[in-house]
Amino acid sequence: MGMTITEKIFAKASGKNTVIPGESVWLDVDILMTHDVCGPPTIAIWKNEFGEKAKVWDKNKLVIFPDHYIFTKNPHANRNVEILRQFAADYDLPNYYDVGTERYKGVCHIALAQEGYNIPGTVLFGTDSHTCTSGAFGMFSTGVGNTDAAFILGTGKIWEKVPESMKFVFNGVMPPYLTAKDLILQILGDITTDGATYRAMEFSGSAIASMSMYERMTLTNMAIEAGGMSGIIAVDDVTRSYLSELNISEYDEFTSDSDAKYFSEYTYDVEKMEPIVAKPHSPDNKDTVSNVAGTKVTKCYIGSCTGGKITDFQFAANILYGRKVKVPTFIVPASISVAKELGEVTFNGSTLLEIFSDAGCHIAESSCAACLGGPADTIGRSTDGDVVISTTNRNFPGRMGSKQAGVYLASPLTVAASALTGEITDPRNYL
Amino acid sequence: MSEKIIGKAYVLGNNIDTDQIIPAEHLVYSTSDPEELKKYGHYALSSVPPSQAGLPQGNMPFIEGDNHISQYNIIIGGSNFGCGSSREHAPLAMQVAGVKAIIAESYARIFYRNSVDGGFLTPFESNSELKGVIKTGDEVELDIDSNVLVNKSTSQTYQLKPLGSVHDIVKSGGLFNYAREHQLI
Ligand code: SF4
Repeated sequence: MGMTITEKIFAKASGKNTVIPGESVWLDVDILMTHDVCGPPTIAIWKNEFGEKAKVWDKNKLVIFPDHYIFTKNPHANRNVEILRQFAADYDLPNYYDVGTERYKGVCHIALAQEGYNIPGTVLFGTDSHTCTSGAFGMFSTGVGNTDAAFILGTGKIWEKVPESMKFVFNGVMPPYLTAKDLILQILGDITTDGATYRAMEFSGSAIASMSMYERMTLTNMAIEAGGMSGIIAVDDVTRSYLSELNISEYDEFTSDSDAKYFSEYTYDVEKMEPIVAKPHSPDNKDTVSNVAGTKVTKCYIGSCTGGKITDFQFAANILYGRKVKVPTFIVPASISVAKELGEVTFNGSTLLEIFSDAGCHIAESSCAACLGGPADTIGRSTDGDVVISTTNRNFPGRMGSKQAGVYLASPLTVAASALTGEITDPRNYL
Repeated sequence: MSEKIIGKAYVLGNNIDTDQIIPAEHLVYSTSDPEELKKYGHYALSSVPPSQAGLPQGNMPFIEGDNHISQYNIIIGGSNFGCGSSREHAPLAMQVAGVKAIIAESYARIFYRNSVDGGFLTPFESNSELKGVIKTGDEVELDIDSNVLVNKSTSQTYQLKPLGSVHDIVKSGGLFNYAREHQLI
């Protein structure tokens, strides 16, 4: 019987010819990623369990990005970064990207792609639930807890259950008013927040083929919102050319066999789809933008690993160009490289940075910022009574700050259009 | 000899997320200081909405007063148990509160792995919905090896899904113990 891409990667990483969903296998891990929130407890468990002989299994395969709680005066948060810094110094780690230095990169999932850690056919684990983002590169990537991460840190191995795969096919040509965010919010509404638990979500179809790597990463990023173990998209020319820019040319390209077995299959025609939001307080609380249009908002937020990539800002700039925002609007580039590109990429002759400043947006430094609330002094954090429309990935109560705030998740087009009017607005009105 | 867990059931609904299990504001306590560790038990399941706490009746606190140990040691849950963040403090808090096993219809993957690999508690999956047939406070007996649950209050027996490959890790008391026993580390 045929295998899916995910099954093929599992077979390779476990040294087997074939694997079947449900079977548990030991995987050789290619990259372990951690950050300032889960890194310190992972290191503590690793030291405790391995004791005197604690050894990092492979320094080159450990990547550490401080990104979550970093531009803050909060002492516990700063202590966490200090622990990482000390650890990196003690063990002479080559892939530590310290904040406050020119090595600082920004949000881990985007930095992994930009720094060349996402290699097709490989296995990447991270101490963050959105580690599934890297799957856009035809690889297996997923989040784990601290004990698992500590185990990988010492051994380079971890057990994992081979997931069943679900197939999502998007046919048609993407209309200008839709982004990958609309597609994933549609899926979430259709399958709910546990619709993909312990499964791999495989995306394909002509609409995916024409998407940039960054748009693809929006889809794989939110696989976890459906409970998914991973999201995955097969390598194609778009992937190859992204990697060749980084001088990466050697890797395994896997594709799903035509007789591979899927748990379920969903087919969409993007030309018939509409801009979508997830209403408070769950990412599967789907509605169309046209249905909720007119709902007042108090803040607009464009940022995070989901919606703070250069492509997200290009969408937003399309709408904000030559116009003024009506409510506080935050632009939070996911990475330093995205921040730099804001000053380089142009639309109608103006840089995106000029467009956003002229529109009256607040432009923040790269980090997770208010995507997960964070300490009280975090930029863009929601306060009591706020109604936020955001390009981020979660809208549980309190996720962006106050439990007394409501968050709508939407595409950068919809958020930008809503910023102009102070109410949820269909981007088609401005395109 | 097969290992049994005997005790009182505490019944919860669907989508019990890690914030309901241990709210983020309590994650500041040290997990290595024995006194501070008790706080995790004290606040375990403290954010479950009161009407959903201890079904079918609701409003049955998991932890009474200042205690950090619950009178209930087996949790019966619905689907998607443990969804939300990847925090390992969630199964830890329940372990500190005295919980030995959870029997839910399904789990969020990271919570499931954390429970097993951290050696905090044993997560079983039921074959059918149990939250309608077992009541909070029922005396239950769980046989870990044959995956059978007996509700002694009603004399009903339920066959649960086998633990499969995680059984050995559960038996060892966590991933590191397992690995040491099998000379993996
Ligand atoms: S931007 Fe948000 S979702 Fe992404 S890693 Fe940071 S906190 Fe997590």
